[in-house]
Amino acid sequence: MSQVIRSPKMYDVCVIGSGAGGGTAAKILTEGGLSVALLEAGPPVYPEKDFKMLMWPYELPHRGIGVGGRAAENFGEFLAPNGAWQIEGEPYTSAPGSNFQWFRSRIVGGRTNHWGRIALRFAPIDFKSATRDGLGDDWPISYDDLSPYYDKVESYIGVFGTHENVSSAPDGMFLPPPKPRCTDLIVKKACDKIGVICIPSRLAILTKSVNGRLPCHYCGQCGRGCVTASNFSSSQVMIPPAMKTGQLTMITGAMAREVLLGKDGKAEGVSYIDKATRTEKRVNARAVVLSASACESARLLLNSKSAQFPNGLANSSGAVGRYLTDSVGSDGWGIIPQLEKMPPHNHDGVGGMHMYIPWWKFDRKNDFPRGYHIEFGGGRDMPGVGEFNDLLHEEEGYGATLKKRARQTYGTGIGMAGRGEMIPNPDTYCEIDPNVVDKWGIPVLRFHFKWSEYEIRQAKDMQETFRAIIEAAGGEYKTKTPLNGERPFGIAEGGKIIHEVGTARMGADPKSSVLNGFCQAHDVKNVFVMDGAPLVTNPDKNPTLTIMALAWRASEYLLDEAKKGNL
Amino acid sequence: MSEHSVTRRDILRTLAVSAVGGSVLQVIPAKAAEFAHQAVHNEKSASPAGKYVPKYFPSHQYEMLITLCDTIIPKDEKSGGAVEAGAPEFIDLLTSENEEWQVALGGGLQWLDSFCSDRYSNVFLDCTPAQRKEVLDLIAFRKNAKQDSSLNQGVAYFAFLRRLTCDGFYTSKIGIEDLQYIGNTALREFPGCPPLPEA
Repeated sequence: MSQVIRSPKMYDVCVIGSGAGGGTAAKILTEGGLSVALLEAGPPVYPEKDFKMLMWPYELPHRGIGVGGRAAENFGEFLAPNGAWQIEGEPYTSAPGSNFQWFRSRIVGGRTNHWGRIALRFAPIDFKSATRDGLGDDWPISYDDLSPYYDKVESYIGVFGTHENVSSAPDGMFLPPPKPRCTDLIVKKACDKIGVICIPSRLAILTKSVNGRLPCHYCGQCGRGCVTASNFSSSQVMIPPAMKTGQLTMITGAMAREVLLGKDGKAEGVSYIDKATRTEKRVNARAVVLSASACESARLLLNSKSAQFPNGLANSSGAVGRYLTDSVGSDGWGIIPQLEKMPPHNHDGVGGMHMYIPWWKFDRKNDFPRGYHIEFGGGRDMPGVGEFNDLLHEEEGYGATLKKRARQTYGTGIGMAGRGEMIPNPDTYCEIDPNVVDKWGIPVLRFHFKWSEYEIRQAKDMQETFRAIIEAAGGEYKTKTPLNGERPFGIAEGGKIIHEVGTARMGADPKSSVLNGFCQAHDVKNVFVMDGAPLVTNPDKNPTLTIMALAWRASEYLLDEAKKGNL
Repeated sequence: MSEHSVTRRDILRTLAVSAVGGSVLQVIPAKAAEFAHQAVHNEKSASPAGKYVPKYFPSHQYEMLITLCDTIIPKDEKSGGAVEAGAPEFIDLLTSENEEWQVALGGGLQWLDSFCSDRYSNVFLDCTPAQRKEVLDLIAFRKNAKQDSSLNQGVAYFAFLRRLTCDGFYTSKIGIEDLQYIGNTALREFPGCPPLPEA
């Protein structure tokens, strides 16, 4: 017992994780007057030092692919820190027959430092889709419950977009969108021809100054992190105002191990490993918010065992770790000869798509449930490693001809990525691996993952649509995908789209869900989960905006309950 | 101490302070950033004879690498070639850090010498330009290996080297300018697409 170093201080709330959910919670709770201890498993982030904005590949000795070329697997060394598919000393496992890839970020701000900034609202139907098609479950809350919080989040973080009145893609509080790139004009024209909806995208990037943050300078590199904070990251937009209240205590290098349960059946704090000293420490708090990422929060609950909760904290339902989903993903690309004739011009724009294709077949019967959206890009981006891999594979050879062909084909490709809804299934979940601990001594997760026919048929539809659009644009579709095998129609491995959610879902019934509609544990009133874990479904919209709207709403509820003395 | 070293120290210190301070709305003073880049460049060119010292390949293999890079992306009327663009340095540095690449590239160069010795009784570098061209024309295309499976290793190796040479070239200043990429700069407004030519 005496080995554990106890901090005598009692905080109002201990928040675990500083990403989209945890950052939002820290801001709302501290601004509401509560004292917050924020545990972050990684180091602080220093934008001026850590972000590689406006650097050229040749300014890095490894030209962007890291020591021995190994960073290429983790999206390259230009990306803002600090995520990876594998973290040294912190393994996870996949059950036999499963292959799940888990992207984790250990740094203040988490994955929001480098995310795609795609900020899409879920649609009203997304909260009630089980009622419509009988699959999965409805949410305990409706679009109308969440809509005011979408408004708050969008107004605060800054999201550009346009009012389009498309029922699958609700409009929001938008800044003006950037002008279209050439690739946008070409795809839009092709979509018009074949009856596909194509509209300006909605990204958390400022096209006008918001709260003193400078507008975008159009270098096209949001993924590298933005030194002027012109795009949204939790580290630059949520944490600073929380710090300013004087109510936030940030503890970095703190790997949460267990949520501690008091004799009264309430959480009384969090025990964590201080990575620098490899000692066990403890934070005492009147309430605990888990925002460690969907699977990490599930892991923490499952590892928090007690006499009252032998299967993990707040897990009397057995739902913790279950209902895991990722987005369905399939990608493709084509060559557009029209682009060969474009004069050289600045094509950078914002760091992401200027236009996109929301789910457009909501008005007809399809041979798979739910839907997907399409992201696209290409054109005259900054050349990087792998720029001509496809050309080299196809045409081979060497010398003057190769050089000429590279010149000719540069900037003529358009890539497309479908991102669709997976239906939760009983073969897809995470649990504690009984045999493995990480280097901090904490039992790790074991993943089970399986796509069903629903998702595979969706991937097939994506491939057919990509081809139809590229061909309608006068281009040649290049991607060939297998009809079966491990990745039929190019469907991505589970986890690869990095939209893993659902592992502590909310619900009206405590027997089949972990949280109520305010992200509060049914079993333990002073435990909340505010990340991707509460999501009941994973619609064809990237989850980050919804994670923030849910966290904002749950934090206001937590403040209210704290004031009433209910926690 | 010269005035120069004081300036350098001061500027680098400014840089360090702004980084640690962590104020998110600051940018690195342009002057300091420029100075830092220049300092790196100066230190590089101060190395013996301004020449890159290979970290992995022995000198005769490094010479082969230079010859091959130059053949894959040569200088032409528009721009310099892969050697001028630093592709051999890039490849050598990464290979020194990656054991799989050491086998693939080191072994590949060895394979090329053995192949040339068998065929022309000379190692690759001692072959005539016509002989070298003949070998490369064989291993630069997969279809040749389909007819003669003894070329398999050579074809795989050359494809890998071609990829790395292109990576080295098209991430260099010369390569990026060759493609006429315009950007990586701060703009007040994004101009959008210039008028599209007819499809």
